Amino acid sequence: MNPGLNPGMVRDMAPVATPFFFYLLAGLAVAGGVLVITRRNAVHSALALIVTLLAVAGLYLMLFAPFVAGVQIIVYAGGIMVLFLFVIMLVNIERSSKDRRFNRMWPVGLAAACALLALFVSAFVKGKALFPDRMMSLPESSNTQQIATMLYGEAGKMGPYTFAFEIASLLLLVAILGAVIMTKKKI
Amino acid sequence: MVPITTFHYLVIAAALFVLGVIGVLTRRNVVIVLMSIELILNAVNLNLVAFSRMWGNLHGQVFAIFVTVDAAAEAAVGLGILIAFFRNRETINVDEIDLLKW
Amino acid sequence: MPNFIMSYLNSKDAITPGAAGSQFWALIYVFVIFTGVSVAVMAMNWLERKALAHFQIRLGPMRVGPHGLLQPIADAIKLMLKEDIIPAEADQFVFWVAPMIGLLAAFAVYTVIPFGPSQAVSDMNIGILFMLGVSSLGVLGIVVAGWASNSHYPLIGALRSSAQMVSYEVAMGLAVVSAILMTSMNASGTGTLSMIGFVRAQQEQGVWFIFKFFPLGLIAFVIFAIAMVAETNRAPFDMAEAESELTAGYHTEYSGLRWSLFMLAEYAAMIAVSSIAVTLWLGGWMRPFPNLLNARTWDFIFSLFPALTFFGLAAIGIVGVVRMSSHSFFRIQRIGLAVFAAVLGFIALLLLVIAVAGRSADANVAASSASRFREGIDYVYWFVLKVAVFMYLFIWYRATWPRYRFDRLMRVGWKVLLPISLGVLIVTAIVGVIVS
Repeated sequence: MNPGLNPGMVRDMAPVATPFFFYLLAGLAVAGGVLVITRRNAVHSALALIVTLLAVAGLYLMLFAPFVAGVQIIVYAGGIMVLFLFVIMLVNIERSSKDRRFNRMWPVGLAAACALLALFVSAFVKGKALFPDRMMSLPESSNTQQIATMLYGEAGKMGPYTFAFEIASLLLLVAILGAVIMTKKKI
Repeated sequence: MVPITTFHYLVIAAALFVLGVIGVLTRRNVVIVLMSIELILNAVNLNLVAFSRMWGNLHGQVFAIFVTVDAAAEAAVGLGILIAFFRNRETINVDEIDLLKW
Repeated sequence: MPNFIMSYLNSKDAITPGAAGSQFWALIYVFVIFTGVSVAVMAMNWLERKALAHFQIRLGPMRVGPHGLLQPIADAIKLMLKEDIIPAEADQFVFWVAPMIGLLAAFAVYTVIPFGPSQAVSDMNIGILFMLGVSSLGVLGIVVAGWASNSHYPLIGALRSSAQMVSYEVAMGLAVVSAILMTSMNASGTGTLSMIGFVRAQQEQGVWFIFKFFPLGLIAFVIFAIAMVAETNRAPFDMAEAESELTAGYHTEYSGLRWSLFMLAEYAAMIAVSSIAVTLWLGGWMRPFPNLLNARTWDFIFSLFPALTFFGLAAIGIVGVVRMSSHSFFRIQRIGLAVFAAVLGFIALLLLVIAVAGRSADANVAASSASRFREGIDYVYWFVLKVAVFMYLFIWYRATWPRYRFDRLMRVGWKVLLPISLGVLIVTAIVGVIVS
């Protein structure tokens, strides 16, 4: 046997240079978000949203959630955004690039959003003392197995989320049928 | 530097949420409104995963997976409605989509 | 030597730089992989033109170097010197960024590909999930390229190509899931998503997954092989970029260096998905019969294979030199080919020395550095050999089969491959439960 094949040498990976990567990814996410809501061209907005989604996937990796990060990249960045780009190409009409960007009610909307921001700030300032000040480190090498145990159950029992998993699959079936039927020209 | 705590992630999630709300309430293009909804859902997911790490169990991550699945279904159906509407009215401005019956 | 360089080399166990947390060596590995893939893409370009030509009973490029060996370099120089044309109505920023998205998606997959048990940039726990996600980002590059060109043919080509890629991603994912299922047929009943874990599972279970639960592994492999050809837009699924159909599809408006970035992304994606297929079904870096024929003499015989391969290539070069006409017109080409054959022979001698040194070191110290070096070379050699077989198969498909019409292509993806892969998944699960 080849002596170089050592079994199971994958260690748990701790995040490296955490503050640098956090600020980089958070800055990318927020910058992408600002670009999404301010660009005139819908394709530019979609590209900015892809940047935001990938940055959020990076933040998930820093939060010891590799499986959620993988699901985010596959479903959101690789699936939903392709769908958005398809639809933008199908409905993109030339005059939309010369229209105004913001709708008639934009002062009211902006005021409502500022009220929401004030609510968040007050909640954070008042409630900061309520958070336990710890960051527990979840085991990363068995993350997928533990999520699978929660979703599928183990050894003959149902897990806490097995029923919700089945309902989610029904939801996806309904969504597929709905999207197909709505976009057909003649049913 | 101050170590990165859960609070930092919550602030980022709140910022993304408010940006998404501004996008939903102020943009004319329906596709960009739908993209802002995706931004809101991502902010919620980030919150869930940050709290999951804080409490040390995986309930937040599993819920985040379900929210992602839900967002995919909703994006598909929403864009289907948009395409069906665009075929009839030739417009995608929320200002002009304001009649329930022609 | 600084500590951050030596601490990885002196570590007792063989682990990847990602697991060791060594950023310096991870960057070195990334650089080596990037260079290797670029050289492989150029070699692939040459091989494709020569092999297609020989399939069509003609000779292909013969002038630029001996037997056209310098043709890719000439192509690269020509593309770099060409004028960079951007359509006036095109969206400038998006036009510029589109090839980069495709290139990034194609090259990011190499982070998880294992050339050996510790010869990978990083062995992520979610390796196969990462690969599926990143290769689905390549679709975005194509869609955006087609839209940014602001012209009919690229737009239709991009929409067709992305619809095709998205459809075959589903079948690819299900075939991969049935391979993941096979990794859990071990004593503890727990599988793994990491790429190195896949090859270790095949080694522990003593069978390549293509032969496991025959014919289920074979059917899953065939589905993945078909889907990966469709994923990379190669013949017979290249309706979206075929010259006779759509005037080159989504990269019509791109010229010069930007177009070469698209071609680089396409060939790199081909090599990446072939590496995935090799790792998942064909035993990765393992030599044939590691468990059955595991005596030390068999180890030594199999470790001579790299040297034998390069000796064979050098012999082919010598035959080419002998057969070339001795007219003074061909003098430089003859000398060039002889030098090339001599270089190949020198590499073969080097590999022979390494194989022999590794064997005699085996007798003294169990894990000496010469023996580890020899094993590293062997792992990389067997991996690259299997991927090279796939590359030749890609060219063979292109030469032999006619193109699928687009609606037939979508029909195959949704109505044929998807039900079969679902069936294979279910039957694999049932058989796995029965057997264990």
